[in-house]
Amino acid sequence: MNRRRWWHECAEHDPDERQCAGGPSGVKAVDGLNFDIYAGETLGLVGESGCGKSTTGRAILQLYKPTEGTVEVAGKELTKLQGEDLRKQRRQMQMIFQDPYASLNPRMTVGSIVSEPMEVHNIGTKSERIERVRELLKVVGLNPYFINRYPHEFSGGQRQRIGVARALAVNPSFIVCDEPISALDVSIQAQVINLLEDLQEQFKLTYLFIAHDLSVVRHISDRIAVMYLGKIMELADRDELYANPMHPYTQALLSAVPIPDPVVEEKRKRIILEGDVPSPANPPKGCNFCTRCPKVMDVCREQEPVFKEYGSGHYTACWLYPQ
Amino acid sequence: MSRLLEVKGLETRFFTQDGVVHAVNGINYHLDEGETLAIVGESGCGKSVGVMSLLRLIPMPPGKVTAGQVWFGTGDDRKDLLKLSDDEIRQVRGNRIAMIFQDPMTSLNPVLTIGFQISEALMLHLGMDKEKARKRAVELLELVGIPRAAERLDDYPHQFSGGMRQRVMIAMGLSCNPQLLIADEPTTALDVTIQAQIADLVKRLRDEIGMAIIWITHDLGVVAGLADRVIVMYAGFIVEEAQVKELYGNPRHPYTIGLLGSLPRLDATREHRLSSIEGLPPDLIDLPKGCPFYARCNYRIEICATDNPRLEPVAPGHKVACHREVTRETPYTVEIEPAEVVA
Ligand SMILES: Nc1ncnc2c1ncn2[C@@H]1O[C@H](COP(=O)(O)OP(=O)(O)OP(=O)(O)O)[C@@H](O)[C@H]1O
Ligand SMILES: [Mg+2]
Repeated sequence: MNRRRWWHECAEHDPDERQCAGGPSGVKAVDGLNFDIYAGETLGLVGESGCGKSTTGRAILQLYKPTEGTVEVAGKELTKLQGEDLRKQRRQMQMIFQDPYASLNPRMTVGSIVSEPMEVHNIGTKSERIERVRELLKVVGLNPYFINRYPHEFSGGQRQRIGVARALAVNPSFIVCDEPISALDVSIQAQVINLLEDLQEQFKLTYLFIAHDLSVVRHISDRIAVMYLGKIMELADRDELYANPMHPYTQALLSAVPIPDPVVEEKRKRIILEGDVPSPANPPKGCNFCTRCPKVMDVCREQEPVFKEYGSGHYTACWLYPQ
Repeated sequence: MSRLLEVKGLETRFFTQDGVVHAVNGINYHLDEGETLAIVGESGCGKSVGVMSLLRLIPMPPGKVTAGQVWFGTGDDRKDLLKLSDDEIRQVRGNRIAMIFQDPMTSLNPVLTIGFQISEALMLHLGMDKEKARKRAVELLELVGIPRAAERLDDYPHQFSGGMRQRVMIAMGLSCNPQLLIADEPTTALDVTIQAQIADLVKRLRDEIGMAIIWITHDLGVVAGLADRVIVMYAGFIVEEAQVKELYGNPRHPYTIGLLGSLPRLDATREHRLSSIEGLPPDLIDLPKGCPFYARCNYRIEICATDNPRLEPVAPGHKVACHREVTRETPYTVEIEPAEVVA
């Protein structure tokens, strides 16, 4: 894989200034994040509800303006772009949403939903756009014949395909997939995963794949970032993360995921975490995970550990390892 | 172990403006004392309606249990729940069968304290006085792992997190020492680490108290570590039933084979393409004449279009509703293209 740095976000972290990263509630969901996404890869971002996964995805797409930090795409700093330049850059970056029911305008036909991004970016004539929509529908496995129908006439999986077609319309190179399958039935999830994999190969796409389901993330990602209460706790190549999880949170998360095999389940030992996830509005002092960590030490409650590389490409932020 | 529950020919319909919804279509199954049975299947296949029918919780109209018997109890105690008076069935629901749901907020009263809601059930069903009921409520909350239980009695449901509310529901369910706990997707709305806590709790309580459990879910992962036996439902029918290891090790219905093949596994060691089941489940208002899985089945043959196969034994304790003897190794008879199945 070409490890050209495609996307880079670097944020200065100031612990006294836990302010809003653009979210409406004044909750700072994403702070001090620092990671790259390489061209053509899938970076999986996992974590539990409310940990800031979606906010991260949106901050990258500049749907939120981060109050601090920078987002660089292919060497250009997005936070500094304005007007036409920002619009051009945005065209490179599209998003697929979690809820295929809420994310499509119920009053628009499939045709206008899919062609809207092309209109926004002034691409093609009307008839060219219609031709392109038909083609896109075929690409995502829908009958082009559906072009004049409305979202409510489709199943969840089909609506998700419409969302994928829309995201592909302007030939993006980078797509943020925000929980694209979690609202779908088990038998439909695999359809959408396979589709995303095929499209990545066909169009050389780069994905940020956000999900809470670690089995799915393991399947689809090249590298995985584990997030907890707005912080990246660990980042590593997929197989490395599963074989040698360093952070106690990653270890607990991996052990909590059920494996659909009773013979394996019988022999598994679970790390059962105590307690609940603290509110993101009021994270604990020190390491964010200190209130639930089975290996917590005094220092963890005092000071935040540094996010550091230990071995090639394996990063974690934990006091168990030399700082 | 003796038989606790026997469901025979259960059939439930909804009579709606659009037509008759065939939600549950003549299902047969049983449950022994202390056994854990999982009912799996995707959204709308009749899992919830199936168990709500047992307890006569189907809204009537538009719903109606149109056929069947539900034998519950052991020895002389054995009764057909569908024939009980309203009073008698209420007794069963409060005392002998407990039910917990996916969203605990729908079954907790938001304006009453947790302590009041638990002790009310104890006073009503077990005839305890107020003081005794409060003491027992604290014990129950401790049993399900709520920290500082005594202090939290006077809290309201919204002051608890999702996982804690589900624990409260379990505490309430257990308050009357039920013989059967029915859990309808109790962990689906929860985060994985909290899901693991709840599954662990239920297993521990089952071993301590010895109640039987019906666990409804679409998550084949959770089931693997929890159930003794599994029933797979599709379009209101049971299509396969087996002991948990047999079902995962040797699935025999094309739908089960497809479902298991479509799951990514955390412990997968090699990259592979997921096998997906193309298409959608049938419309329950307009069920096809033959096998309900026909349109999506890679193993179908001619007879499947016209005859719906019955659930028949293929091995001890293993039943399948399929005209063919399919295993994971059986080659496909047809490839189903995504575009072939249209809205
Ligand atoms: N009150 C109702 N009126 C009409 N149809 C209903 C009603 N309740 C349920 N149904 C239908 O009965 C069928 C079975 O529903 P049921 O709730 O049992 O599905 P389920 O397997 O529990 O699904 P899920 O996994 O989504 O909970 C569905 O097709 C549903 O639309
Ligand atoms: Mg249900």
